[in-house]
Amino acid sequence: MLVAVTAKGTNLAAEVDPRFGRAPYILIVDTETMDFESLDNSENVNAFKGAGIQAATMVADKGAEVLLTGYCGPNAFKTVQAAGMKVVSDVAGTVEQAVKKFLAGNVTYSDNANTEGHW
Amino acid sequence: MIISIASGKGGTGKTTVATNLALSLGKGTRLLDCDVEEPNAHLFLHPEITETEEVSTVIPIIDDALCTGCKKCAEICRFRALTVVGKKVLVFPELCHSCGGCMEVCPEGAVTEGKRQLGVMESGHCGELGFSQGRLRVGEAMSPPLIKKVQKNRNDASTIIIDAPPGTSCPVIAAMKGSDFVLMVTEPTPFGLHDLKLAVEAVKILGIPSGLIINRADIGDDRVVAYAKEEGLPILMEIPFDRKIAEAYSCGIPIVEAMPEWKNKFRSLYGRIEKLVPSGGQPQ
Repeated sequence: MLVAVTAKGTNLAAEVDPRFGRAPYILIVDTETMDFESLDNSENVNAFKGAGIQAATMVADKGAEVLLTGYCGPNAFKTVQAAGMKVVSDVAGTVEQAVKKFLAGNVTYSDNANTEGHW
Repeated sequence: MIISIASGKGGTGKTTVATNLALSLGKGTRLLDCDVEEPNAHLFLHPEITETEEVSTVIPIIDDALCTGCKKCAEICRFRALTVVGKKVLVFPELCHSCGGCMEVCPEGAVTEGKRQLGVMESGHCGELGFSQGRLRVGEAMSPPLIKKVQKNRNDASTIIIDAPPGTSCPVIAAMKGSDFVLMVTEPTPFGLHDLKLAVEAVKILGIPSGLIINRADIGDDRVVAYAKEEGLPILMEIPFDRKIAEAYSCGIPIVEAMPEWKNKFRSLYGRIEKLVPSGGQPQ
């Protein structure tokens, strides 16, 4: 299974970035092999608006089924939901720790956005 | 003649100047409150509103039965109001700037026009003074289309006074565009000066002649005056930091009502503006 994790860096040792739409990198991790692809999210970091929507579209297009992040706003949540993805929010630690914790089943899926949209 | 009252910094006295100038000119004048995010000229004018019109903007509606998920609509949208996940188009109406690009590029004719309410426009009069204002819907972020709508509401008035929003962003530009003259209101403080400079630069780009009113003229320092001199910006009026003015303001009473001698000061202000506008302003 592919999971998307928002990250401050480009590898598994990087810290999870609490922001979704404006995280500098998003890692797509294969939970079986721990192989990963690092997506450069810099275009969305500087977006005027709609960063979450674009980030959500990007990870959905990559085939991720679950998103691990800190905060997910209403538009981003609507987008990942439409893509059939599940969201785990309030995630912290390194990307590797986050994925391991997820694999251990020690997570709750969000049924709502956990932050306000911002302008 | 169309005169916009602008400032840069908020709270410098735009509405005070706009309402008092309009009241002093009276018949044949119309005040347009284009500060649609928080219109407040009505607090001083108590206008009788006779017309209310809902103002909306165009947003895309997707016909899922016709849509093939080709993404052309999402690709052309500069404001990311559309995205495609899987084969489904998601629309975020609050991000849409109504350019119509998505409708243009859709090869299937699956994108049609819907509406998003921006706010209302209210028109009426205050004695012989004409009045219109826009009120942006709470939660709405895009005000320029509503401002442009209010601006068109000129009826047969020969003088239009536009109360512009503060700042130098799109709403202010929308309010000032098409004016014959921009009257800047500032206060002689570092903040007032800082934001005045930004507003002056914006007006220069628009190529509209402008002049300055210094409100609360006896506080702060003389840096605004020095700047005006340097820029060749004429100082057309000074309003003192006067308790009587502040008291009237706090009760929603215009200066010209509390202190009728100010009527002539505002009329001669208008006379000075007329001389600064090359053609004497556009005929209405």
